[in-house]
Amino acid sequence: MIEIEGLTKRFGPVTAVAGLSLKVGKGEVLGFLGPNGAGKSTTMKMITGYLAADEGKVKVCGHDIETDTTAAQAAIGYLPEGAPAYGDMTARHFLGFIAEVRGFKGAGAKARIAAAVEKTELAPVLDQTIETLSKGFKRRVGLAQAILHDPPVLIMDEPTDGLDPNQKHSVRSLIRGMAPQKAIIVSTHLLEEVEAICTRAIIIDRGAIVADGTPAELLARSRYHNAVTLMLPKDDAEKAFGRLKALPGVSGVERVAGADGGVQLTVFPKSGALLIETVSGLATRENWKVKELYAEPGRLDEVFRAITTSDAARAKAARK
Amino acid sequence: MKHLLPIFKREFAAYFATPLAYVFIVIFLFAMGAFTFYVGHFYDNGIADLSVFFAYHPWLYLFLVPAIAMRLWADERRTGTVELLLTLPIPLWATVVGKFLAAWAFTGIALALTFPIWVTVNILGSPDNGVILASYIGSFLVAGSYLAIGACISATTNNQVIAFVVSVIVCFLFTVSGTPIVLEVFRGWAPLPLTDAISSFSFVTHFNAITAGVLDLRDLVFFLSLMALFLAANVVVVDLKKSGG
Ligand SMILES: Nc1ncnc2c1ncn2[C@@H]1O[C@H](COP(=O)(O)OP(=O)(O)O)[C@@H](O)[C@H]1O
Ligand SMILES: [Mg+2]
Repeated sequence: MIEIEGLTKRFGPVTAVAGLSLKVGKGEVLGFLGPNGAGKSTTMKMITGYLAADEGKVKVCGHDIETDTTAAQAAIGYLPEGAPAYGDMTARHFLGFIAEVRGFKGAGAKARIAAAVEKTELAPVLDQTIETLSKGFKRRVGLAQAILHDPPVLIMDEPTDGLDPNQKHSVRSLIRGMAPQKAIIVSTHLLEEVEAICTRAIIIDRGAIVADGTPAELLARSRYHNAVTLMLPKDDAEKAFGRLKALPGVSGVERVAGADGGVQLTVFPKSGALLIETVSGLATRENWKVKELYAEPGRLDEVFRAITTSDAARAKAARK
Repeated sequence: MKHLLPIFKREFAAYFATPLAYVFIVIFLFAMGAFTFYVGHFYDNGIADLSVFFAYHPWLYLFLVPAIAMRLWADERRTGTVELLLTLPIPLWATVVGKFLAAWAFTGIALALTFPIWVTVNILGSPDNGVILASYIGSFLVAGSYLAIGACISATTNNQVIAFVVSVIVCFLFTVSGTPIVLEVFRGWAPLPLTDAISSFSFVTHFNAITAGVLDLRDLVFFLSLMALFLAANVVVVDLKKSGG
């Protein structure tokens, strides 16, 4: 339902988005990952028609955003970064305005507003002006505005940024609940969010896609994927370090000082090797006082760091 | 039309959501009164008409109207709501015109609230109410023209102060271009058609023609096409900003 091809945007010397192409279909929740300044917001602004692309095409439900702007925009619900809304309006009036713009009238508009309010749990603050709302409620007003017309395409720029854990949880459940009927793009720099809600994740860096896959596929790229971590008391750890290293299929062992005097050892497999059974067998035989032992699914933050660049490097490269 | 109305209603209601609108109206009425009575010596003229009152309108609008127009787009850019507004399924022209009409209606209300002075002259004597009506219409058209200019300039920036200052300057040029001082400067050397052309771009020239009591079609067309021109420019500016970022 979203088709992007060769999308490019330059701001003076900076190339914010560099020839980005992707497709998102119904039922997909695409996590848009990337460090700050990677071009996530700029891409979303071009998809929604706020910015014009320098090159490339965007189609939303078959409508070209450049030539058929309002038809494409009618199919999109958009939560811009920071959830901007008219501060001097009450939440109720604001949603009323959005409903009217979206072509709902009378009872139809009321029903739409009521449904959006219920989903975003806005009822207690409906008659407060938006500028007096807490960050969490303000964000939810933005969400309510975006989902009011039950759009086939939903674009959300950092929907959970700055929310407390409870609020994050409820926003994520909301997104998950809507997922089957929609094509959704969510940008975030929170990695746990990708695992929590996304069916597919794209990592972008300097405006280009550097990784594309399901969260599990991305995790598999981690050097921690299938590694085994165990927590041991200090003296056991000394002995274990050498023994683990000598096991077949092990490519290396890393040692990190853990809490309350323990030591955390992580055993890395040679490619494809599964170590959990050999490691736990050895631990039992040797009678180590194991406090924790688990296989790592992979660490997304490590994948992320490995394939994206630091701020400084990026700024330098962008100016070339 | 179905798109224009929600924009108009929201914008218009926004004026009254804060005390600012009331402050503006009070200042507006106070300034109108002060100029008419103290600077224009309304009572001393001894004639029952409102020409003194209307004569100051273009000059008062010069500061009051850009004060309204400055926030139209600049404030949306500052707070980020412009991103919301421009991604709603509304044709750009409807957003531009809706915002403009709401601001124009607001100045219309401020202008209408000067009615006590009309009541006063009717008690004091028997003025030509046809001329007064024409003058009110003329005044409203001048306000609309300033607003269209101010709205267009507001769209170029996210800084209201800059929007205000630039609007005042541009409106000032449109106003003084018909005054004797400016025309004298040109009359010395410029060919007559040029002097006439400069004069014909002046709001004051057209406004004075209307307040003299003749609501000529040419003056109406002048103001309306000027508004249309600047609103079209407003659309272009907002559209250009999409590419410029
Ligand atoms: N309006 C703008 N003018 C100039 N540069 C911009 C503008 N918007 C974004 N950029 C630049 O484009 C790059 C991408 O920004 P952005 O899309 O906001 O990144 P993200 O949302 O991934 O953090 C950054 O280098 C940023 O400084
Ligand atoms: Mg961003």
